[in-house]
Amino acid sequence: MKAPVIEFRHAGKVFDDGTHAVEDVSFQVGPEEIVAIVGPSGCGKSTLLRMASELSPATSGEVECSHERLGYVFQDATLLPWRNVQRNVELFGELRGTPKEERARQAQEVIDLVGLKGFERHYPKALSGGMKMRVSLARSLTMKPPLFLFDEPFGALDEITRERLNDELLKLFAIEDFAAIFITHSVNEAVYLSNRVLVMSPRPGRLIGEFNVPFDFPRSAELRFEPDFARLSGEISHALRSELT
Amino acid sequence: MSIEARREAGLDPTRSDAGTVNGPGPEKPARRSRVAGLMSTVAPPLVVFIAFIAFWYAVSYLFLEETQRFLLPPPHEVFIVSFLDTVNLTEILNALFSTTQVALVGLAIAIVIGVSFAVLMSLGKWVERSLYPYAVILQTVPILAIVPLIGFWFDFNFRSRVIVCVIIALFPIITNTLFGLQSVDQQMHDLFTLHKASRWTRLLKLQLPHALPAIFAGFRISAGLSVIGAIVGDFFFRQGEPGIGRLLDVYRAGLQSEQLFAALFFSSLLGLGVFWFFGLIGHLLTRHWRDTAGQQV
Ligand SMILES: Nc1ncnc2c1ncn2[C@@H]1O[C@H](COP(=O)(O)OP(=O)(O)OP(=O)(O)O)[C@@H](O)[C@H]1O
Ligand SMILES: [Mg+2]
Repeated sequence: MKAPVIEFRHAGKVFDDGTHAVEDVSFQVGPEEIVAIVGPSGCGKSTLLRMASELSPATSGEVECSHERLGYVFQDATLLPWRNVQRNVELFGELRGTPKEERARQAQEVIDLVGLKGFERHYPKALSGGMKMRVSLARSLTMKPPLFLFDEPFGALDEITRERLNDELLKLFAIEDFAAIFITHSVNEAVYLSNRVLVMSPRPGRLIGEFNVPFDFPRSAELRFEPDFARLSGEISHALRSELT
Repeated sequence: MSIEARREAGLDPTRSDAGTVNGPGPEKPARRSRVAGLMSTVAPPLVVFIAFIAFWYAVSYLFLEETQRFLLPPPHEVFIVSFLDTVNLTEILNALFSTTQVALVGLAIAIVIGVSFAVLMSLGKWVERSLYPYAVILQTVPILAIVPLIGFWFDFNFRSRVIVCVIIALFPIITNTLFGLQSVDQQMHDLFTLHKASRWTRLLKLQLPHALPAIFAGFRISAGLSVIGAIVGDFFFRQGEPGIGRLLDVYRAGLQSEQLFAALFFSSLLGLGVFWFFGLIGHLLTRHWRDTAGQQV
């Protein structure tokens, strides 16, 4: 097996105020692998990603990440409202000192890729929720990160937009070759997008289940109606609920 | 991989939800509705104005005996004595000019000092903790007690008047700017942290632009206050070019109530003007991105 992109080894997190958010989590993500994590609200999913990115380092165990460049997509699009789409997409390059022409070229490429051509001069206030998410995604894509961290990126969107963005994300995965940890509330979304689904317990979050998703890529929207898909989703939901009682 | 190749790989931008774009504002209003809109903004204050003038006349003529009428001369007499009489008008306008100069210089200095202090305070909790109490004292100290002291320490001229202005105008600039700088979302900060932004970059590219609306709200309040500061300073320091403050005192002593009203009118107009001006600048600078409809200017 190829070296993992990221590896959690007995990683845990206790906040300064004593909140025990994450306990003894161990798993790894291989190159080009997509791992989805589902768990009840407040179980420490976001905390897990903050540990991975070192925004809020683990307090026990360790998280080893082989790359410095991470794509981090939050639930909110977190765009700068005073910058138009083009300038928002260029932000990370700007912060990392990429030359101007190079930045503009990268931005154009990814704006195209996420289907926002023609909206370069629009300000966030004039964009729908789905479009803001595309901008947020495009912004991270400019760095070509080997690992993406998604924290419920489509959680605030309606179902139709969410499913459409799921399909587009799969296409991006197919052409861009990156690994990802994808956090979601939706079991269907987790199964549809990933190679593997991890289930977390209520706080303090531990891993209580691991499910391989056997469906081949590229996946089509029809997959959502296959009996195997429903069966797997059912098993994962069951594992989730078993810990809640 | 080229863009074309990516497209072929199946990414079809036309399938995006791009069709659901919200327009950058309401549809361009038709001409008639624009007139109606103007009416709806102008009419209410106009009605209040007419009611006010009517009330003024009523008090002047119905409640006051002729011998007492100097207490509140009717509006047209105020108008004739102070606006149509060029001697009076020139005197008031000259004073107004002097007051405006003091107010604007004071405001400019307050802006520079206030924004710098707020930026410093935003850089570290301990800076904020050490400076903020003094900013509050600046606000709560009775300005009338300080004014004579400033006169003793410096002189009774332009410089002292400006200092009074600065003291009065400083606090809203500091608090509003500080609030703006500190109210940036944690996630936005995380984003900048992830990409190793320096403190300076964070300030320039995140905090200051975010704070702009709040900063201008502060400028606007302070602009009005600095006019008051200029008048108070002038009222006390009876040297140099007379400003509105000094005229007010002269008119009061001479029972010249028509002129008193005119001076009052012009100084209010000045305060209103600077207040409105900063509101407008703030609006113009941020309206293309701010997500607020129908901002009052
Ligand atoms: N900075 C912090 N200090 C103290 N406690 C915190 C902090 N951040 C998060 N927590 C707590 O840690 C727990 C896990 O939070 P986290 O945000 O990771 O949950 P989550 O699984 O992402 O929830 P959701 O699904 O609602 O997003 C929560 O109980 C939360 O209150
Ligand atoms: Mg979360």
